[in-house]
Amino acid sequence: MLSLKNVSKSFGGVKAVNGCTFEVEENTITSLIGPNGAGKTTAFNIISGLTKIDKGTIRLIRKNITNLPAYKIAQSGISRTFQLTKVFKNMSIKDNLLIAKKTDEEEMKQVLDSVYLEKPLDTIASELSYGQQRLLELARALLMPHSLLMLDEPTAGVNPKIRQEFKSILKKLKKQGKTVLLIEHDMEFVMDISDFVIVMDEGKVLRVGKPKAIVKDKKVLEAYLGK
Amino acid sequence: MIHEFLFSFVTFLFIYFLVAVSLNLTIGFTGLVNLGHMVFFGVGAYTSAILTINGVPWYFAIIVAGVVASILGAIIASITVRLKGDYFAMVTLGLVFIAIAVSRNWISLTRGALGLPGIPDIFRNNFYYTLFTIGVVTIAIIIIYFLTNSETGKIFQAIRDDETATAILGKNTYFYKILSVAISTFFAGIAGSLFAHHLNFIDPTLFDLELFVFILAILISGGLASIKGTIVAGFILSVLITLLRFVVVTPELIGPMRNMLFLVILILILIYRPRGIFGRVDV
Ligand SMILES: Nc1ncnc2c1ncn2[C@@H]1O[C@H](COP(=O)(O)OP(=O)(O)OP(=O)(O)O)[C@@H](O)[C@H]1O
Ligand SMILES: [Mg+2]
Repeated sequence: MLSLKNVSKSFGGVKAVNGCTFEVEENTITSLIGPNGAGKTTAFNIISGLTKIDKGTIRLIRKNITNLPAYKIAQSGISRTFQLTKVFKNMSIKDNLLIAKKTDEEEMKQVLDSVYLEKPLDTIASELSYGQQRLLELARALLMPHSLLMLDEPTAGVNPKIRQEFKSILKKLKKQGKTVLLIEHDMEFVMDISDFVIVMDEGKVLRVGKPKAIVKDKKVLEAYLGK
Repeated sequence: MIHEFLFSFVTFLFIYFLVAVSLNLTIGFTGLVNLGHMVFFGVGAYTSAILTINGVPWYFAIIVAGVVASILGAIIASITVRLKGDYFAMVTLGLVFIAIAVSRNWISLTRGALGLPGIPDIFRNNFYYTLFTIGVVTIAIIIIYFLTNSETGKIFQAIRDDETATAILGKNTYFYKILSVAISTFFAGIAGSLFAHHLNFIDPTLFDLELFVFILAILISGGLASIKGTIVAGFILSVLITLLRFVVVTPELIGPMRNMLFLVILILILIYRPRGIFGRVDV
């Protein structure tokens, strides 16, 4: 469904993403893992068009989306959340969702239910806790029509209860056969939920494989534990 | 005499309402700190003045004033809205000085510092002109009000809160920012036209920052993204500066006193009500 070929991006001297090639298959949960600074978020920004690349090609269902503006990539079917939540803080839950899709309150309530956010639609986003804002951001991403959902560390910085909720939401998404690209640091959870795992380190793809193969891989252990 | 004074006060009041509310559309609702708003007000005033002096009917001139200001706004926005916040503010402030220079030096069009006298009245009777201004401004503000509650208005507010998040939800933020400026400057142009026909005389001091500081004080005390706040604050501040004219006997002191008054009000607002009287949005 999504493929990156030889994608590179440098910031000044830093090769944040360096010749990356990988694919995300339809109806799978694929996790992108790697130590801090590996280039995972940069890869997300590249895919969603927020960061222009120096080299390479990106395709979504055979359509070349390389360096298209972010809004066009979104319209092509990529929805995402951010490592640091980006809700519209002065706007109500309802208006936050309306930007994602013109829809009725019925569907809004459904999607809020599905992410366990039980708040009145007219609640202003800044009045929500950080964890709740993350849930709202996820609801927004789910509501926007898409074929690929990308989540950047959804469970980072939230309390254990909401962390559990995120995990059960992801399990539901997996059951529904959604295509998800996930960045996540909780290895146990990653190995449990993922169909495929992509390991990045220093801007490069180190390994791609099924979770079982990845956990035993020596190179991957080195990247995480140091050589 | 007292009637005439009241008509004039109300006419100016409503013109300032429109200038401030239209500015709120870009600054408060879209998060674009346009410090050059008075340029479009002035362009509207000059357009309408030049057209009517040359025999063009006023109803046509008013519309053209809005359209010219809006086209200029859209062109400038298409070049500048990609700039980051502070730079956008700086560049739009720079426009003011360009406008002053152009209006002073394009003598064949503006008569430079001499200004343009003899701008025709729309109505013989000042009372009718006041009613006319109230009508036009009320309609304009109702349109802006509905716009801010429409889907387009929500997208403006989303851009203000987080442009990146708006883009990844499939919205062409570049286009919407230009649209916001184009609409805002259209109404600034209309306000300028109303102003020109009320005073019957304009000159390059139209672009001076003094009036803009007054409008900005209205905006901040009323609260960003609050049309009700802009109206209430516009009324209070207009009354205050008018009273000041009666209290301060030395004419030279009125200007400095007025600016001091704004400063005190702004400081009080920022301390006690940082979001303005009716504001819901962080400054
Ligand atoms: N806009 C930028 N300007 C300059 N350098 C950047 C920029 N964005 C990322 N980098 C650098 O690129 C490298 C990769 O960063 P990135 O955020 O993609 O890592 P990450 O894998 O998401 O890490 P983490 O797990 O900490 O979120 C880092 O060295 C980072 O400092
Ligand atoms: Mg990251």
